[in-house]
Amino acid sequence: MADLSVNGKAHQVDVDPNTPLLWVLRDTIGLTGTKYGCGIAQCGACTVHVDGIAMRSCSVPLSAVAGRQITTIEGLAQNGALHKVQKAWLDHDVPQCGYCQCGMIMAVAALLKDKPKPTDADIDTTITNICRCGTFQQVRAAIHAAAASA
Amino acid sequence: MNYVPKIDRRSFVVSVAAMGGGLALGLDIPFGGPQVIRAQDGSPEVNAWVVIRPDDTVVIRIARSEMGQGTLTGLAQLVAEELECDWSKVTTEYPTPGQSVARKRVWGDFSTGGSRGIRTSHEYVRKGGAAAREMLKQAAANEWKVPVSEVSASNGVITHTPSGRTTTYGKVAEAAAKIEPPKDVKLKDPKDWKIAGKGVKRLDALDKVTGKQVYGTDLKLPGMLTAAIKECPVQGGKIKSFDAAKVTTMPGVKKVVQVGDSGVAVVADTWWQAKTALDALPVVWDEGENAKVSSASIAEWLKAGLDAPEAFVGNANGDAKDAVAKAAKKVEAVYAYPYQNHACMEPMNATALYTPDKCEVWGPTQNGEAAFAATLAASGLPADKCDVHKVHLGGGFGRRGAFHDYTTQAVLIAKQMPGTPVKLLWSREEDMVQGRYHPVMQCKLIGAFDANNNLTGLHMRLSGQSILADVRPEALQNGKDPLTFQGLAPAGEHAFGYSIPNLLIDHAMRNPHIKPGFWRGVNINQNAIFLECFMDELAQAVGQDELEFRRKLMGQHPRNLAVLNAVAERIGWGKPAPQGVYRGLAHMKAFDAYVAAAAEISVTGGNKIKVHRIVGATDPTYAVNPAQIDRQVAGSFVYGLSALFYQECTVKDGRIEQTNFDNYNSMRIAEMPKVESILLPSGGSDPWGGVGEPTICVAAPAVLNAFFKATGQRVRSFPLKNHNIQMA
Repeated sequence: MADLSVNGKAHQVDVDPNTPLLWVLRDTIGLTGTKYGCGIAQCGACTVHVDGIAMRSCSVPLSAVAGRQITTIEGLAQNGALHKVQKAWLDHDVPQCGYCQCGMIMAVAALLKDKPKPTDADIDTTITNICRCGTFQQVRAAIHAAAASA
Repeated sequence: MNYVPKIDRRSFVVSVAAMGGGLALGLDIPFGGPQVIRAQDGSPEVNAWVVIRPDDTVVIRIARSEMGQGTLTGLAQLVAEELECDWSKVTTEYPTPGQSVARKRVWGDFSTGGSRGIRTSHEYVRKGGAAAREMLKQAAANEWKVPVSEVSASNGVITHTPSGRTTTYGKVAEAAAKIEPPKDVKLKDPKDWKIAGKGVKRLDALDKVTGKQVYGTDLKLPGMLTAAIKECPVQGGKIKSFDAAKVTTMPGVKKVVQVGDSGVAVVADTWWQAKTALDALPVVWDEGENAKVSSASIAEWLKAGLDAPEAFVGNANGDAKDAVAKAAKKVEAVYAYPYQNHACMEPMNATALYTPDKCEVWGPTQNGEAAFAATLAASGLPADKCDVHKVHLGGGFGRRGAFHDYTTQAVLIAKQMPGTPVKLLWSREEDMVQGRYHPVMQCKLIGAFDANNNLTGLHMRLSGQSILADVRPEALQNGKDPLTFQGLAPAGEHAFGYSIPNLLIDHAMRNPHIKPGFWRGVNINQNAIFLECFMDELAQAVGQDELEFRRKLMGQHPRNLAVLNAVAERIGWGKPAPQGVYRGLAHMKAFDAYVAAAAEISVTGGNKIKVHRIVGATDPTYAVNPAQIDRQVAGSFVYGLSALFYQECTVKDGRIEQTNFDNYNSMRIAEMPKVESILLPSGGSDPWGGVGEPTICVAAPAVLNAFFKATGQRVRSFPLKNHNIQMA
């Protein structure tokens, strides 16, 4: 039995401690906004925050995150108000198929926390998520817009 | 390699049978008519395309699939435009293929491939909206006992002009549903469009930024179990045996099942448990003869086809061989294009619930009717006992249209656990090795010049794989695959964009066992590289400007020329480029759209390419949503450049070697060039063009032509990583 805190809510989960966090979130807790894309931390579709740090949950075992604060896309909006990154995403109509976008948004939210006004170079080195639809041009514009918003 | 691999043609045969079977059901539910058809919530259906709720919400039915390309929003715009409804009150829903079959295919084609979503249904969906509008107006006129000619509709409100009385769509929908639909309706002139033609935002964005959008992988049904699967890694091979006892006691494992004659699946409480057990499951395969095949053996076979006497002629005029024989100057080159995987972000998956009386499937599909046909075939149940519930796709790119192997598997697994819903999800590794790959193709091109450096002839010999030969052999024309000549055809939606006095384009068909598929853009991807790079080679051989050289051959191709001129002008062709920056361009007609690209690149160290800027021009005849088209253009450049730089599936011992994104890379944001999209909808009565695919094919030749200008190196085989050329 492991104790997990996800989006501010305590969970007790009874699964193999080697299970990747991704599958605990999706199959055990039922939060499916975090996506499976590759399972080897290449694509970033599974990005969540662990104690505020962006991590690729497909490659983080449950045993490594017990007792830590986990935030998923479902917990990004606060008190019913979308996070500024989500708002910028809507303003720029970023998503296409959308499958990678939750992971992308989580990566960007962590970046803005660390660097509130990221340069293009900051974006290039930090946002390495794969998007097969190719939304990158809108992603970059939306990151700068989110950074410029209050 | 002279044996013929076994091909399973069952899915297509069944697809036809299923549709016929549906018609044979004899259900005759009228379009409109006195009996009101109701949506699930009880709201009346004005006609098949439009349901209006009492609160004035307009539900527009969408038969095609949304996979990112924006077709859902575009089709809704077209219906709403004619319906004269309030766009802010529009929502959408997918009818099921089972409902469609039962209603004599009232929603028409469900297939969402070939950039067809809008271009082949715009007329009947607009008529659906227009007919509903007329019925709503008539219902209001009847209620007011006034002639319908005195009634107008706008923004979901109906007004009786002489009296000023008004009502709303929601109030008269019930009565409108009982009105005889008009026999014919006049569609608006696109210049009067207010909703269509505008860059309105996607209808599906909010759920996609909050995590609420349910993809196939996210489906949850009461009591559902999850499955992981492994097919014989050598396509065409079979399963010999597996030792289920070794894994049945592992945590969560419920059952180990054989799937068809070539696969095995583990069903468990959670997917991680299923995958862990599957990885531990001892399996013995019967790989068959195909295990001897390698990339090298395939390349050798294709190479021989470049000079083979037998070939299917796809386009010919004059006598190209004679022109080559008599040429004052000849230019020759050989190009090669690799296998590529679609690599949708969402791996293949489907969820099935089977009982002896009913089989239901939930899943991502580009063609609900194809998924339905696969469900019928795998379940063995008739059409009235099956249905498919579509969900949005996490990418499609051609993998989820004609091919429903994953749907078949899900049903075959569920059939072995009647009453229990089972969600089958492929691992990324399974997705990579069980693809329906972009076909391999080689091409030898020979250009002939006279003594005055006029191009007198061109022979393009294609040698490689036919998609139709595997997927739809009945569509071959006396053995010829007409699709092979996309972008090179004498006429039609993929017409060749040049006039050359003596022309021969032919195809030596060579079909290895690796299963080919429709990979976003399909055969224009390689054909545009072959043709448009070679056009540069020809121009350079006679010392002519690459744009001017093309223009001389394009007098009969004004729409090709217009998009080419547009990108040339925007990129600054003919004007000095910044220091160290080089330019290249390309154009093509594909899926009835005309597209061109011009790129600006710089190269450091001879092998690091920075694509600074790429301009795309598109003439789709009409533009339904310019903002979404711009996004398709930008995304197409990403898809095309990812393929050019990184993507190749190689074959060793009969199996695909690449297993994940670590050895099958895709572009990231750091590599994204600045994209400028120019839309040039020329209007008129020509067929509408699609926009989801065409631009992909011009990305690579534009960059390759610029790379030659920068380095003098002409690359003719792909991807560029094989030449140690990188993306900076």
